[in-house]
Amino acid sequence: MLRATIARLKQGHRTIPYPAEEPVLPDRFRGLPVLDSARCADDCRACADACPTEAIIREGAVNPAGAGLRLDLGRCLFCTDCQEACPAGAIRYTQDYRLAARNRQDLVLDGQTLKLASALNEKSRRVFGRSLKLRQVSAAGCNACEADLNVLSTVVFDLGRFGIQFVASPRHADGIVVTGPVSENMRTALLETYAAIPAPKLAIAVGACAVSGGPYAGNPEIHNGCEALLPVDLYIPGCPPHPLTILDGLLRLLGQIEGDRR
Amino acid sequence: MNGKFGFAHTRNGIALPARDVPELPLPDFRHAVIEAAANGDRVAALFGHVNPAASGLEVYAIISDSLNARLHVGKARLESDRYPALTPDCPQVHLFERELAEQYGVRPEGHPWFKPVRFHASYRPGQDAWSRPEGSAPVVGVTDFYRVEGEQIHEVAVGPVHAGIIEPGHFRFQCHGEQVYHLEISLGYQHRGAERSLAGGPHRRTIHTLETVAGDTSVGHTTAYCLAVEALAGGHLSARAEVLRGVALELERLANHTGDLGALAGDVAFLPTAAYCGRLRGDFLNLTAFLCGSRFGRGLVRPGGVGFDLEEGRQAQFLERLEAAERDVTVAAELLWDSASVQARFEGTGTVSPKDCLELGLVGPAARACGVECDVRQDFPWGVFRFVQIPVSSWDTGDVFSRAYVRWLEIQRSVEFIRAQLQSLPGGSLRRALGPLRAGHLAVSLVEGWRGEICHVALTDEQGRIARYKIVDPSFHNWSGLAMALRNQQISDFPLCNKSFNLSYCGFDL
Repeated sequence: MLRATIARLKQGHRTIPYPAEEPVLPDRFRGLPVLDSARCADDCRACADACPTEAIIREGAVNPAGAGLRLDLGRCLFCTDCQEACPAGAIRYTQDYRLAARNRQDLVLDGQTLKLASALNEKSRRVFGRSLKLRQVSAAGCNACEADLNVLSTVVFDLGRFGIQFVASPRHADGIVVTGPVSENMRTALLETYAAIPAPKLAIAVGACAVSGGPYAGNPEIHNGCEALLPVDLYIPGCPPHPLTILDGLLRLLGQIEGDRR
Repeated sequence: MNGKFGFAHTRNGIALPARDVPELPLPDFRHAVIEAAANGDRVAALFGHVNPAASGLEVYAIISDSLNARLHVGKARLESDRYPALTPDCPQVHLFERELAEQYGVRPEGHPWFKPVRFHASYRPGQDAWSRPEGSAPVVGVTDFYRVEGEQIHEVAVGPVHAGIIEPGHFRFQCHGEQVYHLEISLGYQHRGAERSLAGGPHRRTIHTLETVAGDTSVGHTTAYCLAVEALAGGHLSARAEVLRGVALELERLANHTGDLGALAGDVAFLPTAAYCGRLRGDFLNLTAFLCGSRFGRGLVRPGGVGFDLEEGRQAQFLERLEAAERDVTVAAELLWDSASVQARFEGTGTVSPKDCLELGLVGPAARACGVECDVRQDFPWGVFRFVQIPVSSWDTGDVFSRAYVRWLEIQRSVEFIRAQLQSLPGGSLRRALGPLRAGHLAVSLVEGWRGEICHVALTDEQGRIARYKIVDPSFHNWSGLAMALRNQQISDFPLCNKSFNLSYCGFDL
């Protein structure tokens, strides 16, 4: 008992002051990419050709007047293969970890500011705002998204202080959090778990795989994410998303963080 | 060239011309594999390949001979849709034979446990090992489960969706009261076509697929991949790149072993260590991110070297954070060993005998916890481990305690290794361009990931593209160990036993 008490004192207080204070991310962290299509040569496709997941849409030569360079955050693995391939510095990954959006098309960057996730409407916030219980289903996730969801329940992030909790039974849940590209072999289990959650309910897609299939997009064994199977309320990009990216998305959904605030 | 059993031999990360791999008559091939396993060698991989230039199915075996640090490679040709199974004489190939059957529709006759592995259609249309009608998609989890008969026997089915944030799999227990007579593990839910998608490469997605084969083992699997393609392309890495890869691999081990100690503490309701290790695991992940921007080592290991440097200005902070985490993890771990309530739950729970361990070919901490001293870093050293030996950590009680304690021993060795490496980080370029892969060659790479032996085999075609890529995650061997650990245990000990193995579902399902 004495040892445990001494150990407890040594370990100290470890919960981060987020969101009251701005978190510090590693300097090499790869967050929101910034696009500058003015730098693109008309016939250059180096970025699009380097991208492993066809996240980059280059229409410069075809459509010189419009947005010539677009990047789909829902497909992006944040690997920076495009940034390295670009001879003109038109793509730059920043440290901004805030990436979650409410609509799939909002994830397609075209040089404008990313439209971050807006809060649920007032009626939904009355239901979920102060207590949100989530059931997580890994549908062929690689255990990285799962690990960084799990970490939200550690003392560092202490998800419970926001009224959010992961629960075991879908019957106790207000929503589902899906990770993985949704293998054919997990399709039925995913849909049955979703069906077992009482309405009204939310669906949240975490990670490039759940949003678009990620590095597995197009494989016949998977369904390119959960979008075609469930009505998704929140998309959280990343491979895997940083825990703060996930937390920021959840708090925005509940209206606990708004606007440009970090 | 021909060595043991008429097989060709090579070493970890050394390519050999595919034509040098001898083709043995099937009876000789069977005899060679069975004899090798009986003499204490391991079957690191056994897999099929359809060579478009030849008839039938080629079956390759990779035998790892740890005494001589050699890998023996041989093959046989199956012209028929059936062959006499090796499993009755060589239990460690039981899953390899099931996989071979599922992928290529050949039936290992006499296999005692002949069921699908991942529940997908055969890669050779019209050729199905279970004679299922063509075009009928197998349904995951629908198979003949082993049943114990008796009035007081009951069956408990768990999964695929489990209680926590965890990957899916199906477990069936045959119980008498609380006592488990048998646990059957049926997976396949995570099957993404990862291995199959690598054929025809390397392409833009290849490295990213390898990073997510088992997302908690990105460094382990990308290192194995890079060893294989570097062997096929030829040339050497800089010493600095080799060391940084080694540091990253040990960081991955630190994060996962620390997380496992916390999870084991959580499963016996010992909350202090559970809480501390949950945080400390993150500290090791953040240290990985300090090195490469990603908590899971994404972007770090690349063919020809590494993507990021640990330059001088970064080393002091890196060391300081490593040592702070080490201090705290020491406190957290020692609490476990000092608590009688924890020890009472760990000791004697989920015991695997050394005999079962060897017969099933278990790897990694699970094997070392049975007193079996296998460790790729020692037995088949590659990269920095050719020059720096990390002592093999083992314990011999085979129970949950043993698997936990081996992790703790390894945590200490990994910290020592990283600290020593940082004191004299060699120079050299981070990454060099890799030439084309040699055509018609085969390379085997072994890496000691945090779960154990990762084995990759790459075979190139006449154009130098990957014709067949085989991935063997340590979980492929070790799930059978978990099933054995549950024999005669209480069903309520399943979470604890499961956590003491902490195996990958997606690494198994590929």
